[in-house]
Amino acid sequence: MLRSLPLLSLLVLSEPAMAAEIWVTNEKDDTISVIDIASLEVVRTIPTGERPRGITFSKDFSRVYICASDSDTVQVMDPETGKILHDLPSGEDPEQFVLHPNDRHLYIANEDDAVTTVVDTETRSVIAQINVGIEPEGMAVSPDGKIAITTSETTNMAHWIDTETRQLFANTLVDSRPRHAEFTAGGSELWVSSEIGGTITVFDTGTQTEKGKIEFEVQGVHPDRVQPVGFEFTADEKTAFVALGPSNHVAVVNAETLEVEDYILVGRRVWHMAFSPDKSLLFTTNGVSGDVTVIDVAKREAIKSIKVGRFPWGAALRP
Amino acid sequence: MIPALIALRAIIAREALRFVGQRSRFVAALVRPLLWLIVFAAGFRAALGLSITPPYQTYTTYEVYIVPGLCGMILLFNGMQSSLSLVYDREMGSMRLLLTSPLPRWWLLFCRLLASTAISILQVYAFLAVTALYGIQFSAAGYVALLPALVIAGLMLGALGLALSSTIRQLENFAGVMNFVIFPMFFLSTALYPLWKMAESSELLHDICAVNPFTHAVELIRFALYAQFNGMALLWTTLTGLVLLALAIWGYDPARGMVRRKS
Repeated sequence: MLRSLPLLSLLVLSEPAMAAEIWVTNEKDDTISVIDIASLEVVRTIPTGERPRGITFSKDFSRVYICASDSDTVQVMDPETGKILHDLPSGEDPEQFVLHPNDRHLYIANEDDAVTTVVDTETRSVIAQINVGIEPEGMAVSPDGKIAITTSETTNMAHWIDTETRQLFANTLVDSRPRHAEFTAGGSELWVSSEIGGTITVFDTGTQTEKGKIEFEVQGVHPDRVQPVGFEFTADEKTAFVALGPSNHVAVVNAETLEVEDYILVGRRVWHMAFSPDKSLLFTTNGVSGDVTVIDVAKREAIKSIKVGRFPWGAALRP
Repeated sequence: MIPALIALRAIIAREALRFVGQRSRFVAALVRPLLWLIVFAAGFRAALGLSITPPYQTYTTYEVYIVPGLCGMILLFNGMQSSLSLVYDREMGSMRLLLTSPLPRWWLLFCRLLASTAISILQVYAFLAVTALYGIQFSAAGYVALLPALVIAGLMLGALGLALSSTIRQLENFAGVMNFVIFPMFFLSTALYPLWKMAESSELLHDICAVNPFTHAVELIRFALYAQFNGMALLWTTLTGLVLLALAIWGYDPARGMVRRKS
């Protein structure tokens, strides 16, 4: 009896972790809404620092990092209890960040300071600050960990950072107001979305040259409203889903031909997104309508919109 | 076969024959809602999405919203059309022939109602087949759940037609019915706009829409198409249907009804 107690308690404790969840930061509510993927309902709301935006989990999902932009800090939270463990020095106004594959270094875009800050999450100290263009936002790290990318919204560039020397080694122009950057899983391509330009530029990682450009056109919506921001690749990398901001649509892009195959109607001003563990469902954050739309990836159909807090911004999967 | 069933078969067969014979009527019944869908709804496409109201789970375009309302429109116009043909029958004398049958009059009227509803339902499914080709599809469960909803809504609107036809003396008066019954019923319902949209313009319009039996018929159809159940709409549609049927039976009763008073 006594011997089985620890096992029993382990079972009880590990039960909540069994159900996969989507964590959504609510920019105006200073909270995180936790959506249970099985029931498609909000099961928890957790208070955070001021204006939470970027959100990402550590590799083992034991910690969650949150950019609390107006608190000028990155918060580290225990996802089990929802308690803030400690803050990380982040530089001013952290907006988006990315965790290096070494699970230790956070690359943070400081929107107001025109720098990218590298923070060691173990020693909790800033190990480098790299000058980049004005209003840095989009952040990405190549799968091999050798290259970090910062996009600057006003300079309209993708800045290529060597993660060893922590120096810029290339700057490439993109269209107006780049918001988000992402490497393909193999790392051979870098995609950068331009919100005002209304395009996604695809780069060859090896040569840092432009390979192609994706343009969007939603029927019945003025081109000014078609503003690509966040995007994600499907498991086979043949398809990308692109959030098109105030056009209230998500584009389905053929990642090989770079052609748009479909547009899916979602909530108002869609910016970021996260997949379910098997990538069969996609969750998009709709800022203005304050909800998260669930997309059936295979059918390319919106199936439900779930009310969350005010102005949902970032989304991350907790399997 | 018992006489009641013979009568039922004969009346349905006559309606079916009339329906097959008037292929243009079938095409017209199909073209009307398709025009609304493709031309009218295109103007209000709402590419940015309509707000979520039950039974919708997420944002929809106007084209998707309007489909159940257009199904209701087919039932409504068909109900009226069959009442028009009743007036015609009465003018031509075939109605008298029918009503001289020894069977109870309510049964004859009910058979007539069933026959016209069956034809309406065929037309609704034909319309849905075209909308599916157009790109607006529903789940298989939705198409199945739709059938009972169409039966109830179709009987109610058919009963409305019957009740009206008992008060119409001549074919020419039918235009009045169009103006004073069909159009207000159609426009003051949730067929074209959600209730919240009506409330935006006027509370009075919203309240009229909310009590309009056609609204409930449309909502019954709308929920059924999404394989959901709307108890309030069912209750309201059934009650109205029964009241209208009673009125029609009373109207056609030679001892008390309108038929005698007018003839």
